[in-house]
Amino acid sequence: MGSSVGATQDASGSELRIGVLAMQGDFAEHIRHLEAVGARAIEVRTLAQLEGCDGLIIPGGESTTIARLLIAFDLMEPLRARIRDGLPVWGTCAGAIMLAKHVPALDRPPIGVMDITVDRNAFGRQIDSFEADLDVTGIEGGPLHAVFIRAPVLRDLGPAVEVLAQLEDGRVVACREGVLLATSFHPELTEDSRFHGLFVRLVREARAHEEQRQVATS
Amino acid sequence: MTSNPASSNGSLAENGAHGDTATWTVKAGLAQMLKGGVIMDVVTAEHARIAEEAGACAVMALERVPADIRAAGGVARMSRVDLIEDIMRSVTIPVMAKARIGHFVEAQILESLGVDYVDESEVLTPADETFHINKHAFKVPFVCGCRDLGEALRRIAEGAAMIRTKGEAGTGDIVEAVRHMRSLHGGIRRLVNAPEDELANMAKELQAPLELVREVKRLGKLPVVNFSAGGVATPADAALMMQLGAEGVFVGSGIFKAGLEFDDGTDSGARKVREVQAALAQAIVKAVTHYNDPAMLAEVSRGISSLMPGRAAASLLPAEQLAARGN
Repeated sequence: MGSSVGATQDASGSELRIGVLAMQGDFAEHIRHLEAVGARAIEVRTLAQLEGCDGLIIPGGESTTIARLLIAFDLMEPLRARIRDGLPVWGTCAGAIMLAKHVPALDRPPIGVMDITVDRNAFGRQIDSFEADLDVTGIEGGPLHAVFIRAPVLRDLGPAVEVLAQLEDGRVVACREGVLLATSFHPELTEDSRFHGLFVRLVREARAHEEQRQVATS
Repeated sequence: MTSNPASSNGSLAENGAHGDTATWTVKAGLAQMLKGGVIMDVVTAEHARIAEEAGACAVMALERVPADIRAAGGVARMSRVDLIEDIMRSVTIPVMAKARIGHFVEAQILESLGVDYVDESEVLTPADETFHINKHAFKVPFVCGCRDLGEALRRIAEGAAMIRTKGEAGTGDIVEAVRHMRSLHGGIRRLVNAPEDELANMAKELQAPLELVREVKRLGKLPVVNFSAGGVATPADAALMMQLGAEGVFVGSGIFKAGLEFDDGTDSGARKVREVQAALAQAIVKAVTHYNDPAMLAEVSRGISSLMPGRAAASLLPAEQLAARGN
């Protein structure tokens, strides 16, 4: 009981351990932001490193590369199992692709845990990459500046999936399903840590909830 | 995350359908996504498919791999347009292509084809012995080579959104790649430790803009992503460059010049060559992920049966040294 109260009273988030999958991509940028919002960030390349994590970020990078490395290092199945068991995860761009159940243009099965379809390179090639301001549900203090690099689009959202942000034409670029977040864009490429703050709050709530459940069942 | 020190607010930004395109953030941002990855030189669509299948984070389209450019001599130019288009159709990962130093029309053509990055490369025969391309004038981002900090900052000032240390392409000898990476990082360390009142003189010595010199001192690193190139032939070479501070690696001749001794003119020989090359490519990709884990590096290196023969960089005549092109 005492530990559960302690965890919920911990407002700094300093004892949260959040992993950043470090197969390939811009994991260092995510680590910088996590540390800025007071979380402890860990590069995850092995199963042992994944074990101690309260939450996980799958960064931007090349989804074909990340998928192959997860398979080659036997991480795909354990990761899928941890996520189905309630591990909070946020995927940016390639990370969102890895979370989706349906990815038409990926030649390996993704982790496949979010009830969404993701179209890779939905805006075209690099020359069509862009940045824009977005209103994001759950983020206070004005629009978020979003950077889209050869970005995907999220569509065919299942009934349990909530839209967090859309472009003016209505295309979905951020969504949430329970403790899973997916964004087409890269908050880690800006100086704004608000999205990382949102994820850390989600991880903290999920952990507090889990600790209460364990206390209740013991 | 980075602001363009040399031309602020993305001077060529255009308002696209959804927001601002071709900004500095967007150009430098793709390089951020390539980090921790391997970019492989390919000369055919089949090579490109092998590279993507092995886990390359991008491919570099060129007419001949550097080892063949060395062997053939003559003038090395931008790849044929139909070959680049064929490669772009064959893979879903980013496609880069090389233009000659100073050949801004080759770069214009590559931009119009929609390649994802242009490499203004010393591996091709230079078109201009004095001036590099004004890379700010393009929507497509550029990567350029360097041997030291001054050269890196001059390229960034011209608009390069990604840097690679040059090494000595087509040799399979890692010594020049190591030299250039150590020189770059040594230069950065000297800047970081220098007092403010010495920076103007250091900028003069580096032949680089003072504001970029100040930014490197503030960041403790280049303001753009830096990969290693020129000489990587083994998983251990790739991990060496990562431990020396590279954020990813380019592999040129190292993959597709390996295994050629199995080519006996038969179909089974050709298959064996492809198998050897694919296995080596995969091993290099894995080595870059686990570059700091010797047991894992041993594991990924197991079973590698053939490497490119290579040529010692120290045996090259001055005219054969590609890294000296462009400054």
